[in-house]
Amino acid sequence: MNNQSIQFIVTGRRQRRRRWILVTGILAILAVGLCCAMLLLGNTIYPVKDVIRALTGEQLKGVSFAVNTIRLPRMLAGLFAGFAFGVAGYTFQTMLRNPLANPNVLGITSGSSAAAVFCIIILHTSGAVVSVASVIAGLATVIVIYLLSRGTSFSIGRLILVGIGMQAMLDALISYLLLVSAEQDVPAAIRWLSGSLNGSQMHQLPPLVITVLVLAPVVILLGRHLDILELGEQSASSLGVATDKTRIVFILGSVFMIAMATATTGPIAFVSFLSGPIAKRLAGVGFSNVIPAGLVGVNLVLAADLIGQFAFEYRFPVGIITGLLGAPYLIFLLIQMNRKGEL
Amino acid sequence: MNSSNSLIPRNFTKVLIICLVLLGICVLASLVLGSRLVRIPELIDGLFHPDVDSYGASVVRKRISRTVFSLFCGAALGVSGALMQAVTRNPLADPSILGVNTGASLFVVCGIAFLNISTANQYIWLALAGAAITAVFVFGIGSMGRGGATPIKLILAGAATSAALSSLVTAIMIPRSYVMDQFRFWQVGSVGSATWSGIATFIPFLVIGVLTAILTAPALNALALGDEVAAGQGVRTGTLRLVAALAGVLLCGATTALAGPIGFIGLLSTHVIRLILGPDLRFVIPMSAISGAIILTISDVCGRLIGSPGELEVGVVTAFIGAPILILLAIKSKVRSL
Repeated sequence: MNNQSIQFIVTGRRQRRRRWILVTGILAILAVGLCCAMLLLGNTIYPVKDVIRALTGEQLKGVSFAVNTIRLPRMLAGLFAGFAFGVAGYTFQTMLRNPLANPNVLGITSGSSAAAVFCIIILHTSGAVVSVASVIAGLATVIVIYLLSRGTSFSIGRLILVGIGMQAMLDALISYLLLVSAEQDVPAAIRWLSGSLNGSQMHQLPPLVITVLVLAPVVILLGRHLDILELGEQSASSLGVATDKTRIVFILGSVFMIAMATATTGPIAFVSFLSGPIAKRLAGVGFSNVIPAGLVGVNLVLAADLIGQFAFEYRFPVGIITGLLGAPYLIFLLIQMNRKGEL
Repeated sequence: MNSSNSLIPRNFTKVLIICLVLLGICVLASLVLGSRLVRIPELIDGLFHPDVDSYGASVVRKRISRTVFSLFCGAALGVSGALMQAVTRNPLADPSILGVNTGASLFVVCGIAFLNISTANQYIWLALAGAAITAVFVFGIGSMGRGGATPIKLILAGAATSAALSSLVTAIMIPRSYVMDQFRFWQVGSVGSATWSGIATFIPFLVIGVLTAILTAPALNALALGDEVAAGQGVRTGTLRLVAALAGVLLCGATTALAGPIGFIGLLSTHVIRLILGPDLRFVIPMSAISGAIILTISDVCGRLIGSPGELEVGVVTAFIGAPILILLAIKSKVRSL
C-alpha cells in the first residue's frame, strides 16, 4: 500500500516533469523560429544564405545594413525585453499570489515611464541616463507603494488600490509632460510610451542584455523558493525559506529587469501580465515556471512585433498589438475571479 | 418622508455659509490671479464697464467665462461623484476611477479620427454615449459573483477596462498624427478653452443632472440602508438606481466632453462633505456641488500660478491632490471592507 502510493507520487511527478520539459522545449523552439523570422522578414526578403553571411561579418551590399543594423538589434531587444517582462511579471504574480498584482497594475511601469519621458522630452538625453533614471524611478515607486500599503497587516487589496492611486498621479505627470513638449517630440514619445522595438540600436542594448544575463539566472535558481513563497508566509518559513530576504531579492531583481526593459523598448503593455498565467496553463504546476514564463514573454513580444509590422497597412508598434490582445484577457480573468469569489 | 425634514445636521448653516464665502473667494481669485495679476480698478472695469477697453479689463473678461465654466464643471463632477457613490454604495466610486472617463475618451477619439468632428456640440453626445456604455460595462463586471459590487472589485474592473480602452485609443491615434495633436490637448482635463457657446451647451445637462440628483436624494437615502429596507419603504430600487446612475453619467460625461477627463473631484468633494455633515444625501448632494466647484476652481488657479507663465492643466492638479486622498482612504479602510 505504502509502496503503491509512493509509486503513484513518483509517476505523477515524472508525468509533470515530462510535460514541463515538453512545453519548455516547444516554447524555446518557437522562440528561436520567431527570432529567425525577425531576421529574415522585412521590406526586402533576402535569401537565407545571404543573411547568414551578413551575420558572420561579411560585407554584402544592402543585406549587411538591413540585417546587422536594423533587424538584429530589433530582434535582440524583443528577445531580452520579452524575457525580462515575462520573468518579472511571473515573479510578482507568484510572490503576491494574485495574477492582478503585476508591474502594470502596481504602477511600477508608470514610474519608469514617467522618468524616461522626463529624460527624453525635458532633458533631451538618451541611452544610459534614461536607463538609470527609469530603474531608480521604478524602485522608488515599489518602495513607496510597499511602505504605504504595509499598515498593520499586509493586504493585496490595499496594495493594488495604493498602486492604482500612484499610477493615476504618474499618468497625470506623463500627460502633462506630453503637453508641454514640442509638437515634433510628441509622436516619438507616444510611440515610446506604447512600447516599440522600432529604432532599437545596437549600442542601446548592453545594459538590458547584461541585466537579464545576470539577474535572470538568479531568479531561475531561486525559482523553487518562489513557489514555496506562494504557499504563504508561515508555510514558507517553516520549510526553511528566509521569506523577507528572498522576497527582497525577487523584488529587486524583477524591478531591475522591468525598468531596464522599459527603458530600452518602452512599456510593452500586458506582456508581464500575460506571460505568467499562460505559462502556468501550458506547463502545469509542480515545477518552477520561471523559464516558461520568460519564453512566453519572448514569444509574445516577437510574434506581436511581426504582426504589427506586416499584418496591417500601417506599421503598429509592438505594444499596441500586445495591448489589444492582453486587455480582453485581463477583463476575462477579472470576470472569472469574480465568479469564483476570489476577490 | 415628512418626518425626515426635521433632521437637519446641526452645523449645516455654518458649513453652508463657510462654503459660500470660500466659493466667493475662489471666484475672485480665479478672476484676479494668473500669469498676469489684475489690479482692482481693472477688475471693476472688466466686470462693470463694458466700454472700457484696457488690457487688464479684457483679461478679466476672458477669465469670466473660464471661471463660470470651472464652477459648473466642478459642481457637475461633485454631484456625479455623490450619485455614483450612492448608487454603488461604494465610498471609492468616482468617474475617473471607474474608467468612465476613458470610455468617453475612446468615443471622442473615434469621432475625431473617423467622423471628422471638432466642435463641442458633437463631442458631447459621443462622450455621453461612451461614458454610459463604459459605466454599464464596468458595473456589470464589478457586481458579478458573491457579495455584489464591493469597492475593490469595482475599482479593479474600472482599472482593467481603462487599460483595455486606452490601448484602443492609442491604436486608433498612432497612425494619425493630426488626431494625436488634437487629442493630447483634450486628454489632459482643462477648463482653459472655455467658450460661452460651450457653456450654453453644458447648462441643460447640468440642470437636468442636478435636479434629478436632488429629487432622488430621499430615495437614495433609503437605498443606503439596503435594498430590502428601501423596497419596504416603497422605493423601486431598480428604477431608482437606473435614474440616479443615468444622471451621474450625464453629468460626468458632459463635463468630460467639454473639459476633458478631470479626475477625483467627485471623490474629494463628497468625502469632505460627508466627513463634516454626515451621510444624509439631501445635504450631501447640493453641498458636493458647491465643494466640487470650490475644489476645481482652486485647482485651476493653483495650476495657473504654478505653471506661470504658461499653465498647469487642472486635470494634472486634481490628480495630484486626489490620488493621495485615494491612497489615504485605501490605507485607512479596514482590510475586510476592501
